[in-house]
Amino acid sequence: MNAADLRLWTTALRTIVIKEILRFARIWVQTVLPPVVTTALYFIIFGGLIGERIGEMEGYRYMDFIVPGLIMLAVITNSYSNVVSSFFGSKFQRHIEEMLVSPMPNGIIILGFVFGGVARGLTVGVAVLIVSMFFSPLSVHNPVVMLGVVLLTSILFALAGLINGVFARTFDDISLIPTFILTPLTYLGGVFYSISLLPDFWQGASMLNPIFYMVDAFRYGSLGTSDFSVTASFAIIAVFIVLLYGLALWLLNRGTGIRS
Amino acid sequence: MTPALEIRGLRKTYNNGFEALKGIDLEVSPGSFFALLGPNGAGKSTTIGIITSLVNKSAGEVRVFGHDLDRDPRGVKRSIGLVPQEFNFNQFEPVGEIVVNQAGYYGIPRREAWERAGHYLNELGLWDKREDMARMLSGGMKRRLMIARALVHEPRLLILDEPTAGVDIELRRSMWDFLQGINEDGRSIILTTHYLEEAESLCRNIAIIDDGRIIENTTMKQLLAKLETETMVLDLAEPPLAVPEGGPIPLRRIDDLTLEADIHSNQNLNDLFQLLDQQGIRVQSMRNKANRLEELFVRMTRSETTSSTLTPGGGGASDRQEGQA
Repeated sequence: MNAADLRLWTTALRTIVIKEILRFARIWVQTVLPPVVTTALYFIIFGGLIGERIGEMEGYRYMDFIVPGLIMLAVITNSYSNVVSSFFGSKFQRHIEEMLVSPMPNGIIILGFVFGGVARGLTVGVAVLIVSMFFSPLSVHNPVVMLGVVLLTSILFALAGLINGVFARTFDDISLIPTFILTPLTYLGGVFYSISLLPDFWQGASMLNPIFYMVDAFRYGSLGTSDFSVTASFAIIAVFIVLLYGLALWLLNRGTGIRS
Repeated sequence: MTPALEIRGLRKTYNNGFEALKGIDLEVSPGSFFALLGPNGAGKSTTIGIITSLVNKSAGEVRVFGHDLDRDPRGVKRSIGLVPQEFNFNQFEPVGEIVVNQAGYYGIPRREAWERAGHYLNELGLWDKREDMARMLSGGMKRRLMIARALVHEPRLLILDEPTAGVDIELRRSMWDFLQGINEDGRSIILTTHYLEEAESLCRNIAIIDDGRIIENTTMKQLLAKLETETMVLDLAEPPLAVPEGGPIPLRRIDDLTLEADIHSNQNLNDLFQLLDQQGIRVQSMRNKANRLEELFVRMTRSETTSSTLTPGGGGASDRQEGQA
């Protein structure tokens, strides 16, 4: 890699990231506001009304317990949906060709979309965090773990969204996985409960759910309590990131879904 | 001198077995204004798709200004600007940003990108629209936007795939002037078009592709010289008393004030006017019955295609079916 390549890569990457951020910022009423409103309703209904009757979870007020999970829920769904809709949209309108005819490597295209997804995931995550502070005091046990988990999680789901976008041929294809896989896994990943409440079999089954590790590690960073080793959670997330990046790069190099 | 484009044995077979290109050889000289013509589905868009890395080739070699597509794809991509047949920009993005972002993909920093975008948007009459969403532009403006976008990284080879399809005649001619200007500045241009008058006016070299093969590759002058007979339409000042028959130049009466004359390539217009003068026929105006290139084109491709794909001015029919086939 020489200086010209480095300039090409950094400029191209910055261009895609700015473009992606402007894209979701221009339509913030569709992209940022709805998850904030939905999460506020979760806080009111589950945290406030029902939570008062549930009592404590793992030694914390139910409202305090669900805050980390709901922030992660927002980060996961928004990182994913930003990239899948943007990438599929660029295929659908064919402006992905603007990037494909240019000399930037496919790895930069992937990073550009992923960083755009991370930006939206973090934006919505911060907005949800601010809303949560109206219901529950901000609790930070380990800020490095909190930030690290949320960052890696958004990278992971942005990559997953991109792969979904690569294979998608219709608008149905970009909503199938979020609806039938992502949402159930997130809800069953310990957002609203501790898996220690589950029977042994379902506790074991929960360990196969990658989202459980992310929610659990983030909860550790916030509250200092977790069902699983935080270090192992980081390792699992990192392995998934490497695998998904490798898969995305292989697909783009092969031209799957984007080249005849 | 290194050719602007050099293609050897290019083949493309799609996954469903459709063979779109059956071994194409093509060379485009630097500085050339080159026409690549062919009926719908002949393989033009597939060829362009391969050159611009939008379609994977099955076999063959492609070099652009000496950069090999397999060994140095970035060198190829840096050398090419593409104006595709269909609008392929984000309709929900401002015009200026579309051009600036494209520059960014080629590593041009944002400030410099805006300077270049300003230059080309100004040249193409779009600077005032730079903050408008692309979807608000008219069809002609969208075509010009794609030209500005293709030029912003200053490519040495510009490829235009039916750039004036659906554009009104006034705008089309202003686009011709613009393209001739940038060609005179030294930029090589490859043009595909359904307007054969456009190819005849602009291009010095021409290749005709049909059924995945190059069936002609020569200069425009040499190609037109192959036309053995031209039909001229004569508008008369007054009805002729008689129309000569059996002479060296066949004449046909179309109506009282119109004649048609078939002139062979070894005859000239003086022979025709001498004949008419002898008969006391006064001609008010004269024109070619059909565009000369169009006549040749139809003859050369007739065996492979239906003439319905060659309707003069009938551009806009999509070649995308190649990719879907």
